[in-house]
Amino acid sequence: MDKNQSKSDLPQGTLDLLILKIAALGPVHGYAIAQRVQQVSRDVVQVPQGSLYPALHRLENRGLLAADWKDTETGREAKFYRLTRKGRAQLETETASWQRLADAVGLILRLSEEGGTR
Amino acid sequence: MNWLSRLIRRSRMETQLDKEIRFHLDQHAADLEKHGYDRAEALRLARLELGGPEQVKEGCRDARGARWLEDFWQDIRYAIRGFRKKPGFTAVALLTLALGAGATTVMFTVVDGVMLKPLPYPEPGRLLALQEQTDWSTHFGNLWAFTFANYLDCKRESRTLDMAALRFGGGTVRVHGAAEYIDSLEISANLFSVLRTPLASGRAFLSEEDQHGARPVMIVSDTFARRHFDGKVVGQTLVFDEKTYTVIGSAPKNFRPVDADVDVFTPIGENTSPRLLNRGIHSAQVIARLRPGVTLEQARTDLAITGRALAERFPQTNHGRTFIADPLRRNAGDAKSTLWLLMGAVSLVLLIACVNVASLLLTRAISRERELAMRVALGARRGRLVRQCLTEGAVLATAGGSLGVLFAALGSKPFAAIWPGALPRAAEIGVDWRVLTFALAASLVSGLAFGLAPALRTPVRNLEKALRSGARSVTGRLRGLHAAFVIAEIALAMVLLACAGTLGRTLLRLSGLDPGVDIHNVLTARVALPPSTLENVARTRAAWQDILHRGRGTPGVASIALVDTVPMRQGNNQIAFWTSPATPEAQRPIALATCVTPEYLKVMGLEVRQGRFFDERDQPNTAPVVVVDETLARQAFGGGSALGRQMWIEGYTDPLRIIGVVGHVRHWGLAQDDQNQVRAQIYYPFAQLPDRFVRRWSELMSIAVRTKAAPQAAFQALKREVSGTNGDRALYGMWTMEQLAASTLARQRFLLVLFGIFSAVALLLACVGIYGVMAYLTSQRIPEMGLRMAMGANRRDVIRIVLAEGLTMIGIGVVAGAGAAIGAEQLLRHNVAGVQGYEPAALVIMALTLIAAGLLASFVPARRASRIDPMQALRTE
Repeated sequence: MDKNQSKSDLPQGTLDLLILKIAALGPVHGYAIAQRVQQVSRDVVQVPQGSLYPALHRLENRGLLAADWKDTETGREAKFYRLTRKGRAQLETETASWQRLADAVGLILRLSEEGGTR
Repeated sequence: MNWLSRLIRRSRMETQLDKEIRFHLDQHAADLEKHGYDRAEALRLARLELGGPEQVKEGCRDARGARWLEDFWQDIRYAIRGFRKKPGFTAVALLTLALGAGATTVMFTVVDGVMLKPLPYPEPGRLLALQEQTDWSTHFGNLWAFTFANYLDCKRESRTLDMAALRFGGGTVRVHGAAEYIDSLEISANLFSVLRTPLASGRAFLSEEDQHGARPVMIVSDTFARRHFDGKVVGQTLVFDEKTYTVIGSAPKNFRPVDADVDVFTPIGENTSPRLLNRGIHSAQVIARLRPGVTLEQARTDLAITGRALAERFPQTNHGRTFIADPLRRNAGDAKSTLWLLMGAVSLVLLIACVNVASLLLTRAISRERELAMRVALGARRGRLVRQCLTEGAVLATAGGSLGVLFAALGSKPFAAIWPGALPRAAEIGVDWRVLTFALAASLVSGLAFGLAPALRTPVRNLEKALRSGARSVTGRLRGLHAAFVIAEIALAMVLLACAGTLGRTLLRLSGLDPGVDIHNVLTARVALPPSTLENVARTRAAWQDILHRGRGTPGVASIALVDTVPMRQGNNQIAFWTSPATPEAQRPIALATCVTPEYLKVMGLEVRQGRFFDERDQPNTAPVVVVDETLARQAFGGGSALGRQMWIEGYTDPLRIIGVVGHVRHWGLAQDDQNQVRAQIYYPFAQLPDRFVRRWSELMSIAVRTKAAPQAAFQALKREVSGTNGDRALYGMWTMEQLAASTLARQRFLLVLFGIFSAVALLLACVGIYGVMAYLTSQRIPEMGLRMAMGANRRDVIRIVLAEGLTMIGIGVVAGAGAAIGAEQLLRHNVAGVQGYEPAALVIMALTLIAAGLLASFVPARRASRIDPMQALRTE
């Protein structure tokens, strides 16, 4: 694999899941979410910043996230998102279904690598 | 957070969004700086990665939902900003709309109050009006008022309805010693509870007060209470028709269970008159309320069963007679067609106003073509621009509609006050939710109508051409649209003008008609005699003689007579007559019968055609005689002379001899008389009136007086004289014959005035419209004119070219309008007495007026075009 291609685009719909997961760890602002995703995934996953904010606003509008304006460590005011009760429930169902999907996909991929069948 | 609060907090959210994005960029840039980038480069990279802050923001706005509403809000603000930048344009548009919408809303408010509003009682839908119905008909039809006896029987038998009865009455009270007549309504004790209307003070009648021999009690109307008592009402006593009543309550303001002003209410059951219990006399109105859970059908079945039972028990009076129920409604009568006519006329004015504004907006849209093209080039979708144009229309229309509601709130009461005669339910006229809905709907529809034209013009193709040429050229199709507006306006104005012209001609013709009586210096008034006089025939006759005698001695009086039904006043006595004893009942014609004293001839100035009028020779003991009018003479005897012939009339067994023929009197009014079925007239002398009729006739009798000077001046003196030595007779309901004659044309005059006003407004609006369109079209042709002048055309030619264009539009409009006007005149003919089809003269005069006004309006732009400097005009191209 080429080093240049080590960064992956996010599959459709997973951005919401990642945002919810990170917000579940504690109140966080938009920039930090982008940073955190990148760090945790060891730079593999790059958040498309252009879609991050619309996604945040959409989730807020659906009541999965709530937002408050708070000061950061540097003393600047920023919009901190946190998970609502509804958001937590959504996170659980989406995590479960993602897990199922990943397992299923992994299973299929292993099958073909072990080479037996065509 | 719902969409409404979103909209309200919109500006705060915008700031926050901006702040959030800025924070992200700053933070990212700061991180990059830590990695060694310089400040400017860091900011650039951060912005690059985010992908342009404006796009991100737009994405966030979309994500928030309720987007259309925010756009709408933005469009509204944009529209208002645009309008404020062009105050002249806005003022003209708003004024036009205010005129149209204001007049329409005022008219609708009156229509609403008179016809649409439910009756002002709780659950008005469950109230019914009851009538008697027979399976045979008289010349009045087959519907009857109730007899009191039938009412009592129905009420006792009914398991489905709560019934209340009402009956008109009246009598005299003493005010400062003098007798005054007041109107009363005899009601059953439960009327207020059936209508579920609480009294203003005191209490309603008890059922034991609604019986023979009960202690006399009364309820007074709000206006009577104010006029007659100051302050405390309950507990006062009032001598009414020589009986002392105790006032136990006062009715609420504007309480009108029947469409008439009433001073006092008395219990109907307490009336001991034998007429009331006579099963053959139909004088009671019955109102009922459906009991809970009962349907109208069940109530009808119930009434039909009672009807059959009563028909068997009282075959003499109730054979073939049953009872029917219909939802209680106010009878708007004549007012209804007048109101619809005016509503139609006023809608035309609104339509003209809309067309005017549409053409104004179109002109403006064209001058903004470049701006719109620019926005399309920058990526605005077409739907968005269309929506914006529509929003502009709606904003204008809503402003106009609001002005309309304001007009209605201020203007509908004064308008109802100038209504000729009594407008039913006038007190209920006012702005309510129906009016507001109407104004809103009318504004939105008109807003869409005039927003649409410019909206459809939003550029999509040939963008670069639009951008380059700006607002220069007007293509052929567009000129056509402008012309269509002018034509529509002219056509609409033509319809209104033609109607006004027709009404004017009609009124002129009707005013010139001979009423058949000399209406100058004649006064008529009703006379109320006290019950103690009425109960004795000899005393009654003596009282009438005394009244005539005293009247004759009053200063200013030339002659005086008694008459039961005054010409052109409400009320008539229609009876069947026949001239051969063999005529079967069904074939007997109907005539108007009038009971008079001999001097009536002199008072009214009737013309004797043949024979003589009544005089001292016609006494109770001489042969019974009648005088007929020429209409009856012609109808009954054709070419032969009526004089000396015999005739029979309903209610008399013996034949009567015709001793004279007089000219026809327009009893039904100047306009209405020609169209009425019953026009033949019979006069009979009061002296020969059979005793059995004297009481009833005396309750209805009036005096007619010919005066030497202005008749009103004699009224007070007459009133004093006629009241007699005891002062117990009251003169009331005074009208001069001139007033009565005028009142029969009041509706025509009222319509003429309003159509006149509407068509003047229409003419003005049409002229403004023509001027605007012509000025605009001409200004677009300035280079062409410059070219023509450079090629040798002179000013006169230029004026001619412009005027020719204007005249073409006006001509088409006038022709189209004339066609519609003929239709509108048919409508007038069916709804307004005296209108005789369309009046070509009126049509031609109005067409010429319109053409002249239109040419005048296009002359100003024509002259301006002729004064341009050719060189400069060419250079502006």
